[in-house]
Amino acid sequence: MVLYLKEFKVKWGMVIDLDRCTGCGACMVACQAENNLAPPVDASNKRYSMTWMLVYQLSNRQPYPNHDVAYMPRPCLQCGKPNCVPVCPVIATDKNQEGGIVSMVNARCIGCRYCQAACPYHARYFNWHDPVWPEGMEKTLTQDVSTRPRGVVEKCLYCHHRFMYARDKARIEGRDPNALAEDDYIPACVEMCPTNAITFGDLANPEHKVHKLSKSPYAFRLLERLNTDPQLYYYSQREWVRRQGDNFLEHETVGGV
Amino acid sequence: MCDKELWPEGVQRCSLKLFIVWLLVIFAVMAWGLYAAFVVWSGGLIVTGMDNYFAFGLYIIFDLAVIALGAGAFFSGLLYYLIRVDGLKNIINLAVIIGFICYSGALLILTLEVGQPLRAWFGFWHPNVHSMLTEVIFCITCYMIVLTIEFIPIILENRKLNKVKFLHHVAHNFHVIMPLFAGVGAFLSFFHQGSLGGMYGVLFSRPYAFREGFFIWPWTFFLFILSAVASGPGFTMLVATLMEKMTGRKLVDFSVKALMGKISGVMLAIYLFFKYLDTWGWYAGILPRSGLTFSEMFYGLAYGKWLLFSELIVFGLVPAVLLLYSKTRNTPWILYSACTMVGIGVIINRYVQTAQTLAHPVMPFDRWYVYVPTWAEWAPSLAVVAYGALILSLAYRYLPVFPQERKLNPA
Repeated sequence: MVLYLKEFKVKWGMVIDLDRCTGCGACMVACQAENNLAPPVDASNKRYSMTWMLVYQLSNRQPYPNHDVAYMPRPCLQCGKPNCVPVCPVIATDKNQEGGIVSMVNARCIGCRYCQAACPYHARYFNWHDPVWPEGMEKTLTQDVSTRPRGVVEKCLYCHHRFMYARDKARIEGRDPNALAEDDYIPACVEMCPTNAITFGDLANPEHKVHKLSKSPYAFRLLERLNTDPQLYYYSQREWVRRQGDNFLEHETVGGV
Repeated sequence: MCDKELWPEGVQRCSLKLFIVWLLVIFAVMAWGLYAAFVVWSGGLIVTGMDNYFAFGLYIIFDLAVIALGAGAFFSGLLYYLIRVDGLKNIINLAVIIGFICYSGALLILTLEVGQPLRAWFGFWHPNVHSMLTEVIFCITCYMIVLTIEFIPIILENRKLNKVKFLHHVAHNFHVIMPLFAGVGAFLSFFHQGSLGGMYGVLFSRPYAFREGFFIWPWTFFLFILSAVASGPGFTMLVATLMEKMTGRKLVDFSVKALMGKISGVMLAIYLFFKYLDTWGWYAGILPRSGLTFSEMFYGLAYGKWLLFSELIVFGLVPAVLLLYSKTRNTPWILYSACTMVGIGVIINRYVQTAQTLAHPVMPFDRWYVYVPTWAEWAPSLAVVAYGALILSLAYRYLPVFPQERKLNPA
């Protein structure tokens, strides 16, 4: 059924350690500021929010004193086989560029929201309001990130503009822009995380930390069995957390040690 | 020129005053819908009940349902012009008009549904050949053109217009080439109905809607076609009956209605056979593979199991039996009730495919949400119904829609 499958030499990905994440929300704030997300008109209804990076709270649903929680930051998962890409009628979203990031051409999006319907992770957001920044705040906008009008769908792009900076810098320094070092390109949420819960790099490169972490028995991907092949891995030594990464039936066992 | 001179020859119509009062009622509902459209265009979709969970809402449910019910046009056209089911000639004009209303109404609603309506033409300019929605965009537009072409000769047959020699010949020549357009329309509508179903079936990360299938088409592609051709003819017949009740005149012979009911019944039975297989395959294959159980697919009243039971049994199997059995089919009130039930069944199907698919929490730690449409969604939907009533009222009054009317109502 999936018509769209592409392999990339470089596969930018994340591993988020859920045992380290404290749910502080710094990644959400960093994402908001870096990607020119306008202050919400009414933040009381989260179903109209614009949070490319969203932190979910997971619970083991046990009574005290056995109760335990975990926090799960969720950017776009940059699926290897994204359901959102083949459904878009106007190719406003695509997975085409080296690095495997699912891109968005906001100026082409017609706002049909089919991609939103296709994404099981709710990682796509419709622009319900005209973006308005309080006077003076427009000076803080990131110059290389376009602002989006009302009526289009948007999402996390792993701070793609930082990827372009890193490539430009590599070119200027005479290095290969297609073989960036691990620290050349870091998204805002990764940079801002106070507990270093998020590791970023090339999943296809054995030299990168993410590659090794993704191979850990404690690593898992959200809704693995739906076959979306995300480039975002989670990591937890707690079995109940790994179990909540997918819809395991009672009798099924979860991976890990 | 007197209004009476525009009526089809030898028929009776209500007084112009009464007709204008009726039109005013229609215009009032349409004005409410236009106001809602203005609010949506100027203020954005935030005024609707849709949100980041419910990317699709009443607009899409209404569109899917209306287009399924409008399938009487293409299927009746196919049976009459290409397969030569002669009995349909007495209702084919009405079927074409209903098809025109349903498709143009759906297009009107779609201008509200997209966040950037001024960019809607991008669908033609930057088409993604992998997207079922692209197929929908192309087919719905082309079929709308075909329906317009099919509607033109009916307009030109107006008593006054038909006296103009040129227009008379144009209408005649349109009729000559109509089998071609009936064929093109059937082809386009076949793919359009199918692609609407395919839109949901390809959502491989939404286990409520995802279906495997044949080549690039999920089963829902074929199920949508079958359910549309099952409900469309019955709906056309019901509209004719409603017009009879409202005007107090016999418009279509009962044998034609029973024939439409028979077509609905046969197609419904075929549809249900595959739908039951599909539901079993979903229950026994797709759900366990996704780590989900049947019970997890339903929630509360809005997304309860009662919907599945209603769709497949009460508004599926029961009307199929009633329509297939000639004794019940030839009893007017049973025929009308059964066709109404088929229509309700297809509306439930379009509702669950849209709302329940999106409401079902796929992530284990997520939760169900309930979608409630707002007035800004109801108003344009009702306005489209009023728009349909307007077209039908004008067509009935001034165009020869029902060839049997004179014979059935001797002066």
